Amino acid sequence: MIQVQNLRKEFGAKVAVDNVSFTVEKGEVLGFLGPNGAGKSTSMRMVTGYFRPTSGSIRIGGIDMLENPEEAKRSIGYLPENAPLYSDMTVASFLGFCAEVRGITGAAKSRAIDRVLDLCFLHRVRNQSVDTLSKGYRHRTCFAQSIIHDPEVLILDEPTDGLDPNQKHEVRQLIKKMGETKAIIFSTHILEEVDAACSRAMIIDRGKVVADGTPQELRQKVPGCQSLDEVFRNLTRSDLEK
Amino acid sequence: MKNKDLANTLAIFKREFLSYFNSPVLYVIVVIFLLASMGFTFFFGRILDSDNASLTQSFFFWHPWIYIVLAPAVGMRLWSEEHRLGTFELLMTMPLSPWQAIIGKFVAAALVWAISLLLTFSIVITVSWLGNPDPGPIITGYAASYLYAIGCLAVTSAASAFTRSQVVCFIVSVALCILLTLIGYPGIVDSVVRTLPGSLESLVRFVSYLSFMDHFYEMTKGIFVIRDVLYFLSVIVVALIITHLGLRSKRA
Ligand SMILES: Nc1ncnc2c1ncn2[C@@H]1O[C@H](COP(=O)(O)OP(=O)(O)OP(=O)(O)O)[C@@H](O)[C@H]1O
Ligand SMILES: [Mg+2]
Repeated sequence: MIQVQNLRKEFGAKVAVDNVSFTVEKGEVLGFLGPNGAGKSTSMRMVTGYFRPTSGSIRIGGIDMLENPEEAKRSIGYLPENAPLYSDMTVASFLGFCAEVRGITGAAKSRAIDRVLDLCFLHRVRNQSVDTLSKGYRHRTCFAQSIIHDPEVLILDEPTDGLDPNQKHEVRQLIKKMGETKAIIFSTHILEEVDAACSRAMIIDRGKVVADGTPQELRQKVPGCQSLDEVFRNLTRSDLEK
Repeated sequence: MKNKDLANTLAIFKREFLSYFNSPVLYVIVVIFLLASMGFTFFFGRILDSDNASLTQSFFFWHPWIYIVLAPAVGMRLWSEEHRLGTFELLMTMPLSPWQAIIGKFVAAALVWAISLLLTFSIVITVSWLGNPDPGPIITGYAASYLYAIGCLAVTSAASAFTRSQVVCFIVSVALCILLTLIGYPGIVDSVVRTLPGSLESLVRFVSYLSFMDHFYEMTKGIFVIRDVLYFLSVIVVALIITHLGLRSKRA
């Protein structure tokens, strides 16, 4: 479903993403790991069509993101990093707007809204203004937006950020369950989530892929390391050295 | 295909338009607009003292000055707010083209001005009751006034595409609108022409021809000139193209 080849992004002289390639098929959940500033969000922004890559190609379900962005974006659901929302709307009207832009109207729209309110436990706040939501609820509202059209591809930038332990658990379960039928990429700083939800994980450091494989394979990547935590530190320490 | 484009534009328009009514800014601006346009008319325009019932000198005359401040106040949230909230990223990853969003949002703001301007209609009733005004200049006056308003709005849209700060957008837009107004202000143009050597006169005249004011005056006189309407429409098109470029630079 997601095919990314030799993706590169430069901001002026700075290379944020350097020659990243991967594919994610339906039924796979790919975890994006890496220290702050590694280029996870930048990669996701290119895959979702927000940033234009300096070079490289992106295909979503066979459709080229650079040549036919509107068509390619149709099958993607995206949760950006800081869970942006229109602050002057209520939860339900915000979700309604997102549904409409995706061509879901009328009765199908109310059904879609009800479905995601259920999945994200948002019924209690459905008519509350987004402005007055707590951080976790804001995050869940934006997450709800990303699945409103039941997309085949889901790109989630730190989906469990700011959630309470119960909600973290629910979201992981949800990602794992949706991963059976969708192609999902999500980024995280919580390494337990890799075991909890990913079928594969990729560690990125300073824009480059330094490891890619199943959680089990990653553990064996560095001799002598037992946990993902150790592997992660071993592979991405370069940042701390200077 | 065409239908889908329209549906996208409408969805953006609807959200934007309703959001104006959720914010107190709109009501404040409409009230200020009504007070200012009426106030200027009755106190400075001396509409009641003059013996003609024309609105050209008393009512429409003041509109450019009001729009210079109020159009940026209405339009400054267009894209700045999207940048600040981060919803711009959300919008640009949805299956719509930037143009659909630019036009949907601009039309919503333009409709806000149409409503504000319609609310001044009582003044037409007043002059019709007091005298017997020629309807021609009133119709072209309203057209000119509206084109001026949405011209300033388009300039504001362009400025807002470049910054996440509404304050910066407001200041830059007001400055641009003042500039576009003053370069064609008859008093100023004439004195510039007088001080500069004669050979530069045609240049000054040309620059003033590019100003909002020049075209506005022609229209308020009651002459509906296609040329002036086209002028405002092309200003709007250019400003929206700049908006598009600004938005694209944010995604570079
Ligand atoms: N718009 C931009 N202009 C210039 N540089 C940018 C821009 N966006 C990101 N960068 C740079 O690109 C690099 C990668 O940033 P990115 O946000 O992708 O990191 P990340 O892996 O998501 O980090 P985090 O874990 O903190 O979210 C950083 O060095 C960042 O400063
Ligand atoms: Mg990030």
